[in-house]
Amino acid sequence: MASASHRPAPPRATAFWRDPRVRALFAQALVLGLVLLGAAYLVRNTLLNLERLGVSSGFGFLNTTAGFDISQTLIAYDRTYSYGRAFIVGLLNTFYVAAVGILLATVIGFVMGIARLSSNWLVAKVAAAYIEIVRNVPLLLQLIMWYVVVLGGLPAPRNSLALGESVFLNVRGLFIPRPQFEEGFGWVVAAFLASVVAVVVLARWARRRFEATGQPFPVFWTSLGVLFGLPALAFLLAGQPLSFEYPVLGRFRITGGMVMLPEFMAMVLGLSVYTGAFIAEIVRGGILAISKGQWEAAYALGLSRGQALRLIIVPQALRVIIPPQTSQYLNLTKNSSLGVAIGYPDFFNVAGTINNQTGQAVEVIAITMAVYLTLSLLISAFMNWYNARMALVER
Amino acid sequence: MRLLGTVVAATMAAATGLAAGSALAGPTFDAVREKGFVQCGVNSSGLPGFATVDDQGNWSGFDIDLCRAIAVAVFGDRNAVKFTPLTAKERFTALQSGEIDVLVRNTTWTLTRDTALGLDFLGVNYYDGQGFMVPKSLGVKSALELDGASVCVQTGTTTELNLADFFRANNMSYEPVVFETNDELLPAFQAGRCDVFTTDQSGLYATRTKFENPDDYVILPEVISKEPLGPVVRHGDNEWGDVVRWTLFAMIEAEEYGVTSENVDELRANSTNPTIRRLLGVEGEFGKNLGLPQDWAYQIIKQIGNYGEVFERNLGMNTPLKIARGLNDLWTRGGLQYSMPFR
Repeated sequence: MASASHRPAPPRATAFWRDPRVRALFAQALVLGLVLLGAAYLVRNTLLNLERLGVSSGFGFLNTTAGFDISQTLIAYDRTYSYGRAFIVGLLNTFYVAAVGILLATVIGFVMGIARLSSNWLVAKVAAAYIEIVRNVPLLLQLIMWYVVVLGGLPAPRNSLALGESVFLNVRGLFIPRPQFEEGFGWVVAAFLASVVAVVVLARWARRRFEATGQPFPVFWTSLGVLFGLPALAFLLAGQPLSFEYPVLGRFRITGGMVMLPEFMAMVLGLSVYTGAFIAEIVRGGILAISKGQWEAAYALGLSRGQALRLIIVPQALRVIIPPQTSQYLNLTKNSSLGVAIGYPDFFNVAGTINNQTGQAVEVIAITMAVYLTLSLLISAFMNWYNARMALVER
Repeated sequence: MRLLGTVVAATMAAATGLAAGSALAGPTFDAVREKGFVQCGVNSSGLPGFATVDDQGNWSGFDIDLCRAIAVAVFGDRNAVKFTPLTAKERFTALQSGEIDVLVRNTTWTLTRDTALGLDFLGVNYYDGQGFMVPKSLGVKSALELDGASVCVQTGTTTELNLADFFRANNMSYEPVVFETNDELLPAFQAGRCDVFTTDQSGLYATRTKFENPDDYVILPEVISKEPLGPVVRHGDNEWGDVVRWTLFAMIEAEEYGVTSENVDELRANSTNPTIRRLLGVEGEFGKNLGLPQDWAYQIIKQIGNYGEVFERNLGMNTPLKIARGLNDLWTRGGLQYSMPFR
């Protein structure tokens, strides 16, 4: 019946402009070309305009003397250092406030998120009230409020709240003794590192034994003992190689020691309380996303509510929690640029000063954007790595 | 294909937008005449006596009057001006980008700003110097006693740099607390976050009037810098620069020759003094040379007043600021205000 002569002819080769793949490639090349053209036009126009206005351009200014001071410097800096150094000082201040803020926000977020799910009516309602109030008030307002609270709540330097002879709290900040490391302190550090390694090894061994035999091992308390005991022993053996520079009350302020500025305190409080509320909701959502069967299975095995949460629910919930959590960490880092409103010398604040003193707005803004972008990409890369580790491994 | 269309449209829009922007940055004088008003950048911090805005949105102050005088010179109308409030940090970018036509915002004339920033300073409408204000309770009599103090200062100012220089030159330590605007700085100063508030002395006097108990604060005698404050335009904008410069000179010249807003009509009709006749446009073609109406200076004096009148009205002894003329008196009375001749 079938005959060769009726076989359909092979499809005629279509013209290349009708080939969807070629067209797609062409369209993409066109878009890319236009974008590049647009970018080139913008750059050229900017340079021409700057030239016509007689505004100097280039990055040479980074090596010239800054001439202004910064209140919080984690590395050596004064007015004789360069603008480039000032940028780094600001960047470290941003790192500092973001790192402390992220740590604190995570703790607040987890506590409040779990509290909101508590069966205790009061705890749940307090957590709910915190989350709803804090989430719905603009961050800038909250920062200013914290700053006013910090400044208004603390006494003048001469009436400092003193804890013993060496810790002072006043409107200028929290003053604590500055540790001075002497010779031999390296042994203590080495002992600490050794104890960390020991703890990791111990935890692995305990886990393997638990999985093999079912016998639990008190890993937490042993680790704590090792972590503190070993360095303490080394400290004593090395002849206590540590002393303190104590803060001393002077005429205007306290000199010596280490200080935590009120601007820093207000920033950390504001950022972590604000972001904590968002994290709390993410945590709550993550826990609620775990099916009720998991709870019931855990209870059926005889686990308490706390154990069920810690061993069964949270590890699974983390898979839901981590991706949105990453966005919150990014938000917190970027929000730290609001420090300019309360005098915290973060990167954006210092960049603003440099912009104004040099007048090189284009360069300074380009640097600022590049820095925040890099910072965000770094955090996101780390969180993606962590997410991949925590993700469900299918066997 | 729709995506492509969007991208093309966006690129075109961006291109035309930019083209319009660069056309605006061209000869400012033509652009000002075309749009019918002067866009003047002023202080956004609410500096009493220099630039404040009331709850009706009406601006007043010493800098505001100079803006108005420029508007009067060009349009004969003191209301043909719009104000753009700017922080210290924003001001130069606003001028460079063409957002404003002229900046009258307590801006110190420095070499860097005059050159590398692409700006032109046109004169000095207020000779100032940087000072320090402290709470009386601190018991400080001189700025040299401030070793170890913490100092509140505004960002992006010459003040910030002078402060660093002063303390370094005198081998003193200090802690700078840097804010973007006065409105953020003052609560911190009053809460005791810092011992000292530093800015131009005029700014200290102006700010003190805002305090609940102005008498609880003293301004230390030391003046640690020269702060000649004046109007600024973009570099290379010569015709427009001439208009602003001679507006200021007309007000100073009027004071020197005793021409006030009260007697200007009478003097225009009757004066035989050749300088006054030239100033008021009775003789000569000065308006034409500047590209302004013949009676431009007359209108300024009539509608705004001479330099002394403006000073007394906003800053003088009958105002809360009570600033003496000092360096800002006429050169004939031992001050520095001096107009180039109208000739």
